[in-house]
Amino acid sequence: MIYLDNSATTKPSKEVLASFMTVTEDYYGNPSSLHGFGSTAAILLDKARAQAAAIIGAKKDEIIFTSGGTEANNLAIKGITESLKHKGNHIITTQIEHPSVWNVYKELEQKGFKLSILQVGKDGRISLNQLKQLLSKETILVSIMHVNNETGTIQPIEEAGELIKTFSSAYFHVDAVQSFGKIPVNVNQSTVDLLSISAHKFHGMKGTGLLYKSMKAPLLAQVAGGNQENGLRSGTQNVAGAVAMAKAMREGTEQSNSRHIEGLKKQLIQFFSNSPFTSMVTPEEFSAPHIINVSVPGLKGEVIVNALEKEGIIVSTTSACSSKNAEVSRTIQAMGYSHKIAKGSVRISMAHTTTQLEIEQLQKAWSSEIPSLLKGINY
Amino acid sequence: MNYDRILIRYGEISTKGKNRNRFINQLKMNIKESLTGLSAVKIEAGRDRMHIYLQNPNEVDHIISRLKPIFGIQSFSPVVKTAANLTEMKEQAVKLVESLAHEQATFKVSARRADKSFPLDTNELNREISSYVLNNVNGLIVEMKNPEIELVTEVREEGVYLSAQKIPGAGGMPIGASNKASLMLSGGLDSPVAGFHMMKRGVEVEAIHFHSPPFTSEQSKQKVRKLAAQLAGYSGRVKLHIVPFTAIQQAIQKQVPENYTMTSTRRMMLKIADVIRENTGSKALVTGESLGQVASQTLESMQAINAVTATPVLRPLITMDKTEIIEVAKEIGTYDLSILPYEDCCTIFTPASPKTKPKLDKVVFYESFIDFELLIQEAVNGTKAEIITPNTLFAESSEAFSDLF
Repeated sequence: MIYLDNSATTKPSKEVLASFMTVTEDYYGNPSSLHGFGSTAAILLDKARAQAAAIIGAKKDEIIFTSGGTEANNLAIKGITESLKHKGNHIITTQIEHPSVWNVYKELEQKGFKLSILQVGKDGRISLNQLKQLLSKETILVSIMHVNNETGTIQPIEEAGELIKTFSSAYFHVDAVQSFGKIPVNVNQSTVDLLSISAHKFHGMKGTGLLYKSMKAPLLAQVAGGNQENGLRSGTQNVAGAVAMAKAMREGTEQSNSRHIEGLKKQLIQFFSNSPFTSMVTPEEFSAPHIINVSVPGLKGEVIVNALEKEGIIVSTTSACSSKNAEVSRTIQAMGYSHKIAKGSVRISMAHTTTQLEIEQLQKAWSSEIPSLLKGINY
Repeated sequence: MNYDRILIRYGEISTKGKNRNRFINQLKMNIKESLTGLSAVKIEAGRDRMHIYLQNPNEVDHIISRLKPIFGIQSFSPVVKTAANLTEMKEQAVKLVESLAHEQATFKVSARRADKSFPLDTNELNREISSYVLNNVNGLIVEMKNPEIELVTEVREEGVYLSAQKIPGAGGMPIGASNKASLMLSGGLDSPVAGFHMMKRGVEVEAIHFHSPPFTSEQSKQKVRKLAAQLAGYSGRVKLHIVPFTAIQQAIQKQVPENYTMTSTRRMMLKIADVIRENTGSKALVTGESLGQVASQTLESMQAINAVTATPVLRPLITMDKTEIIEVAKEIGTYDLSILPYEDCCTIFTPASPKTKPKLDKVVFYESFIDFELLIQEAVNGTKAEIITPNTLFAESSEAFSDLF
């Protein structure tokens, strides 16, 4: 099998899995317990926290372990808006967010918040001008994703942060689930107040993630209970998962050989550009090295996925989270592409383990399988 | 900023007479030691000020953070050196102020001209530089009295020195300049604060802790090591003596009437601490007692307990309220450690109603049935000493489990 759906999830690395197993088997104590066995688990959790913090340039106390990206995004958005609703009623996000951000904003809109949505251009990037115009004294939170999960577009986070801090007193939340381990993510001296990360996107375990929360961000807990994670996320911590995530973060930043996948991406872009029946959706500039979104207008993305899987190659339509819905991609339509292109798009997402040979096999399978599907279709 | 040196102002040392040089040398040594691991620097100590010449200007933030906890420093300022050339002075002044400025920061220039051959006089310098800075840095407000940013500009023959920051130091006296004392470190809130106060007066502190396994846990010992490491942040190192105390506590429980056990326990601790003090060359004992806080800290109790030794027992917290002590504990970073919920030797075996006014003759009589001298000797012999540095525990924990990360 050639696995090219690494934006949906990745295979845990052997080393990460070994850490997870050791902690699960040997240090299964509850980190909140008083006894030495529990304290050992607490030490492990503390070390995981320190390592995760150091890697993203945060302080140890600024890391909240969660069950993944979705929970981190929910906690960030709901926690800030709930604590600041007396200060303002205005929230801003983009048209292309992941459902775990998008649907929370929609929910908040229903509850009475005034929601502004940033449009994106053909390259999938927001307009800083529009952001500047939308910001006001009333704005309390802005969420902008770092790397888009469907197209790989990189948003101008730094510039957006500058604007947010200059023209409002809003807090800035960044969904870095797709970017961490692929392009540099560092909150030190940045304008980012909240940042979400999910371990299984970079060869960690599912069910683990974290929210970076800067010291000054006033977050209200969304789960009541035993006040773990500084009271912000009750529930017995997943120590093994946190340790495994810290290891995956280290491996992800140490060995992220982005030049290698960057090269494979270039090769694929070249390949698809030469193919008469495909159109590239992922922009060449300002996009992450691991994601390529390409469309065959006239075909359904699903058909391409099936055809390639028959050849042992795994790719996906849009994001895994919404690929079972019949609707076409919100992100790709937002970029101004036709319904036809959106409908026919597939995502190829690589990992540092992806090889040259695998990409060549993809190209071969693509050339042999896809054209025959197009017979009788006018493109 | 391209800082050239750090100017250090002494605290109380400046008021010393004959011993002044000893204090200054001690401070210099302490500073030098605190900067280990960074590029070597030259330190020049004068009568009123000290200069640290930076070899690597990028390290200035590290040096600042290491200078902050050092006792004997009143305040310090990073200094930029420029050529005696007005254009360059102005540019550097803008850079320097810009790096510190915020919206509505109050500001003034204080120029001094030691080199009288410089064409502008003090007033002209003030005017030239401040108007240039005001034109080039946004949001400054001129304020003559107590401005937030005072740009001190000193024109000397060898160059011009600019500084705009006066960072408060830890005050007090350089550690080591006033000898050594032994601190009884329990693990509670008070004793680390007492140790801190002694250090601030220039005293080198060794810590003594009483450990009663299995009544007290390995974690409670670990907590005390962490407290010692926290204190070592001020002095570079703390020697920690851990005394095995179980046998004595059990003997007291067996022999002494319940309402006197606490008094007796404290007396034995003080006796042991005094022997260790003697062996290590300390000149005094230090406790975290605060008058009236608990039964052992009434004047009557102190009288009965203190009777075991003629060594000075210093109680720096004696008149402090609990809230004041907590405030200091938070400031010095021992609070979060101290409130960890582990039993220590003072909280186990606490009688329901300990005597608040124990009689000395009674407690002496109760103790006379056991050969405590022998038990004390055993406890002293079994005592283990360890040098704790701020990094001790960090190093230990970063080695542990390293394969998992």
